[in-house]
Amino acid sequence: MMKRLITSREALLVGAIALLLALISSRFPAFIAPANLVNVFNDTSPLILLAIGQMIVILTKCIDLSVAANLALTGMVVSMINVAVPGLPILFILVIAVGLGTLLGMVNGILVWKLAIPPIVVTLGTMTIFRGMIFLISDGKWVNSHEMSPAFKAFPRTELLGLPVLSWIAITAVILFTVVMTRTTLGRAFYAAGGNPHAATYAGINVGKTQFWAFTISGALAGLAGYLWVSRFAVAYVDIAGGFELDVVAACVIGGVSIMGGIGTVVGALLGALFLGIIKNALPVVDISPFWQLAISGGAIIVAVALNAQANRKKGRIILKQAEQAT
Amino acid sequence: MSATDRMIPDRLRSPLEQRLKSWETLLLAVAIAIFVANSFASPYFLNAWNLSDATFNFTEKAMIAFAMALLIISGEIDLSVASIIALASTAMGAAVQIGVGTPGLLLIGLSVGLLCGAFNGVLVTRFGLPSIVVTIGTMSLFRGISFIVLGDQSYKGYPASFSWFGQGYVWWVISFEFVLFAIIALLYGVLLHKTNFGRAVYAIGNNPTGALFSGIRVQRIKFILFLLTGLMSGIAAICLTARLGSTRPSIATGWELEVVTMVVLGGVSILGGSGTIVGVVIAAFVMGLVTFGLGLLNVPGIVMSIVIGALLIGVIALPRLWSMGRSR
Repeated sequence: MMKRLITSREALLVGAIALLLALISSRFPAFIAPANLVNVFNDTSPLILLAIGQMIVILTKCIDLSVAANLALTGMVVSMINVAVPGLPILFILVIAVGLGTLLGMVNGILVWKLAIPPIVVTLGTMTIFRGMIFLISDGKWVNSHEMSPAFKAFPRTELLGLPVLSWIAITAVILFTVVMTRTTLGRAFYAAGGNPHAATYAGINVGKTQFWAFTISGALAGLAGYLWVSRFAVAYVDIAGGFELDVVAACVIGGVSIMGGIGTVVGALLGALFLGIIKNALPVVDISPFWQLAISGGAIIVAVALNAQANRKKGRIILKQAEQAT
Repeated sequence: MSATDRMIPDRLRSPLEQRLKSWETLLLAVAIAIFVANSFASPYFLNAWNLSDATFNFTEKAMIAFAMALLIISGEIDLSVASIIALASTAMGAAVQIGVGTPGLLLIGLSVGLLCGAFNGVLVTRFGLPSIVVTIGTMSLFRGISFIVLGDQSYKGYPASFSWFGQGYVWWVISFEFVLFAIIALLYGVLLHKTNFGRAVYAIGNNPTGALFSGIRVQRIKFILFLLTGLMSGIAAICLTARLGSTRPSIATGWELEVVTMVVLGGVSILGGSGTIVGVVIAAFVMGLVTFGLGLLNVPGIVMSIVIGALLIGVIALPRLWSMGRSR
């Protein structure tokens, strides 16, 4: 029953995406040319990475609003390292990016786990702190394209089997985390901790620690995306990816991840991200001002959360309807 | 979040009550300390006009914070307040372009605020959606509409009589905004602490199911709280727009964070069920004094936001660290 509901949700999304593509291509056939679809996927890759991390966090009944600030801070740090030591191999840059992102995620995780501070408060706070730190370390200056080494900028663009490395990283992450979420103890613990924390505790799962790991993974992915972001756009400054955390939450909610925790899949997050990515890339093509994007994301979040609530309500018997709403 | 998951006692235990009392005393001490530190740090601080200017740092945010405090005590949250300001301000700006006068502008500002609050309220109470996601959605939606209307443009040309609501002084250095802030604080203090409605808000925050079975109309009260938060955002939009004299879609960006910080700093539990208006008033002064003092010392705005973020986490973390240390 559960399985069918989730699969139907994903089928619905695939249908919605197909419909969206059909609508756009009816007027602009060039949009669904394979080369362009590859571009759209590549453009959406950072969002996919962050949405996977966010999905895991939301599964455990938490939320991570600091991902975009984490991405920006990590991006700035690796850019500045690249300017200072241009010869540093990309592998080190990647390790530093993932390491710093992980560390920032762990800060969130520790505050949620050890001090039991509500995740929304923690991550609202760290969001502004991370942004402020970018200003402090960069003095408000930009790191521009000509200051970055060619190898630093080339890495995400390098093509392998017809796809840029950036896309391959997103694909790898989707596969890796699908396996982690469905085939490992930790993956199942994420579902258990969010689905029913009390039962999870009695089953021997440390809910706080599981939440800590969720924030750590989210941070690691944000750090990785931070390097990919600055090298792809070849610029780093205080406000990069400003407000991106909302897109990430939107992608998850659209992908059928329940904000109440315990429900969601990696594929759902992927589809949610793709849905937003296609809209974002299609707006300039169909000649709608990019200023519409914010409102469309907002509308999509509301519609999706209403759909999620409908789907979840069928799950069990409701004895007292109003009491259910009151909680 | 269901009631059972949050492990909140049905009523406030007396040690917690005492701690809340001491929280406000502590906060007051902090406010006084900051005041004294500021007057030593900058020779420009102790000046009636400068201090009057400093109140503008927090009056508009505090108006929203009072309504937000009630909402958070009832166990909900509204992250769309800053976007409501943007939308209300945009509506007023558009009205100015077609020649609407000051009374009309006030009416438009208030109604847009109320409508946005009602929209949030309906989604949360009628459809039973979690307020955090709903208001993250409307946060994008409301500001998104402002962006659609304005793009990279701005509205100007507000009438002089309208500007009074943001720039006017009632008597000497006492600004209209400050008087409004004081009146609203008083009204919310009475509403929360002296009426059945206020008691119901606490009851809902502590145990929504219990409140429902006690005959409290949980959904209706929550809806009213969303309306009030929208209304307060509308009032703040009027004051801010009148003060700035222009509207951009990016107006009041990030205010939702500062409003929530103010509420939490004021001792309101983010999990709902406890908090006072006095605490929020003192917290408003603390935040206003901190930002004003740092401003006098030429600290850039983004660095202030680090302080605000650290305050938000710190005020919740410190008491917990304290009690953890004592229990060992």
